[in-house]
Amino acid sequence: MRNIKPAVLTGEHFMNGDYACAEGALACGCRFFAGYPITPATEISEKMSRRMPEVGGIFIQMEDEMASMNAILGASWAGVKSMTATSGPGFSLMMENFGLGIMMEVPCVLVNIQRGGPSTGLPTLVGQQDMMQARWGSHGDYEVIALTPSSPQEMFDFTIKAFNLSEKYRLPVLLMSDEIVGHMTEKIVIPKEKDIKIVNRKKPEKYTDKYLMYKADKDLVPPMANAGEGYKVITTGLTHDEKGYPAMNAEAQEKLIKRLCDKILKNKADIIETQERETEDAEIIVVAYGSPARSALSAVKLARKEGIKAGLLRLITVWPFPDEKILEVANKAKTIIVPEINRGQIVREVERCSHDKCHVISLPKLGDIHTPYEILKVIKEVNK
Amino acid sequence: MKHIEIKIGGFGGQGIVLSGFIMGKAASIYDKKNATLTQSYGPESRGGACSAQLIVSEEEVDYPEVQKPEILMVISQEAYEKFTPCLIKGGILLYDEDLVNSVNNLPKKTRIYSIPATRFAEELGRKIVTNIIMLGFFTAITSVISYESMKKSVLSSIPAGTEELNLKAFQKGYEFGLEKVKGM
Repeated sequence: MRNIKPAVLTGEHFMNGDYACAEGALACGCRFFAGYPITPATEISEKMSRRMPEVGGIFIQMEDEMASMNAILGASWAGVKSMTATSGPGFSLMMENFGLGIMMEVPCVLVNIQRGGPSTGLPTLVGQQDMMQARWGSHGDYEVIALTPSSPQEMFDFTIKAFNLSEKYRLPVLLMSDEIVGHMTEKIVIPKEKDIKIVNRKKPEKYTDKYLMYKADKDLVPPMANAGEGYKVITTGLTHDEKGYPAMNAEAQEKLIKRLCDKILKNKADIIETQERETEDAEIIVVAYGSPARSALSAVKLARKEGIKAGLLRLITVWPFPDEKILEVANKAKTIIVPEINRGQIVREVERCSHDKCHVISLPKLGDIHTPYEILKVIKEVNK
Repeated sequence: MKHIEIKIGGFGGQGIVLSGFIMGKAASIYDKKNATLTQSYGPESRGGACSAQLIVSEEEVDYPEVQKPEILMVISQEAYEKFTPCLIKGGILLYDEDLVNSVNNLPKKTRIYSIPATRFAEELGRKIVTNIIMLGFFTAITSVISYESMKKSVLSSIPAGTEELNLKAFQKGYEFGLEKVKGM
């Protein structure tokens, strides 16, 4: 198949977050999308269904989300960068095969445009209630990478970042967006193709029939031979040895699961990204991610106008969790406030990492983002 | 004009979100300001209450939602009833007089401008361009977005082959708006 339109739409666009996510994926080489439409992620499927044929890629509307997740794992094994997108109910269905992707070490991207739950919940309204599901939703022990964009521009940028991390560390990476960001339209700037940084999976150096599927290098990531390239490709969801053969014993389990976790944990410095505004002298720090980070920034600016020493720590990577960064700000600040569109999920991690060095306040909200004044009110109360 | 909040309301299917999109694109891409568009709607694809909210600002837009719009544009009675209470004192109300027929309980000092947009659209042959007529009207009445930028944005946001009809509609609303402003 040939390209009939450019994959990288260099220039300025007024675009919603969902479309920007699809364009980000195409710009960094994603050529396979399998999904099952669901509000508020439908626009990603819709954009992909139009754009994939234009760039010589494949779009498949699958029978459900379980099949969608499996399809993108298969496509990645065939050497094609792949993605799916969903929301709450579909995310639950994808969890089993997400775990398969973790176990088989398959680079791909899973986008969740979070809406209110549980169950079918609030299809058209925002939520951040899947943050712990992102971390623990599949069975077993594992580490994940999850990014939380706050704007359409970041939907574009972080989708590329998600692909790069997935290729580098060989795992399905989660883009944990939300309805406000997915449906928000703003200007996005798509760079020139040559200016987009792209990471591709590590391949075996030269052909050998002694190639071992799961023998990791020093960075704990095994080079990946795609199916059909001549290598002996064996993969399974069962605990396996370096050859990829099932190995049903405690030693193999210890070795494999430890490596799957360590390849993320030992590279936290490379993976984790946070952003700070006005934190240098801040006594009150708001820790936020996704759409509420925008309300939080507005609240911090309003507080500063009133002479209150407030700051914002925005989490760009929520998983792996930035333990050290939280402890660093907990040591400086008197109070940390955590606004989330859930009953208080990430605040538990903030409390864990603060080691009682400062007071941590949860600011839950459901069905909508906090207004800046709702956050400012708490900042002022704390400042009294 | 540093920071202005606009709300557009009507039924799903009337092109409410597209109207917001065209305004936002004109403001951000062509007028080089910051614009953030959000929307709210029910699970229905057509017929349910629908609104688009746009912030146009010279500064970066943090909080994306419109709380107190200065400008409200409505294309249904239901949207009128629902959204007028949030309009700020001294705000601007634009409405289609063919679809909104009972105008009362307005906040103090509201500046009111109406247009028979549906009738004009029918005269042009397609009721579907009602929202584009409203956009022309909006451009003439408010000074938020320049005429040239809005025109470019309309042309780059509609399906190919419908340029002539949409331009006519835009122009119709714009000229009607200019007359209204002159008459004040």
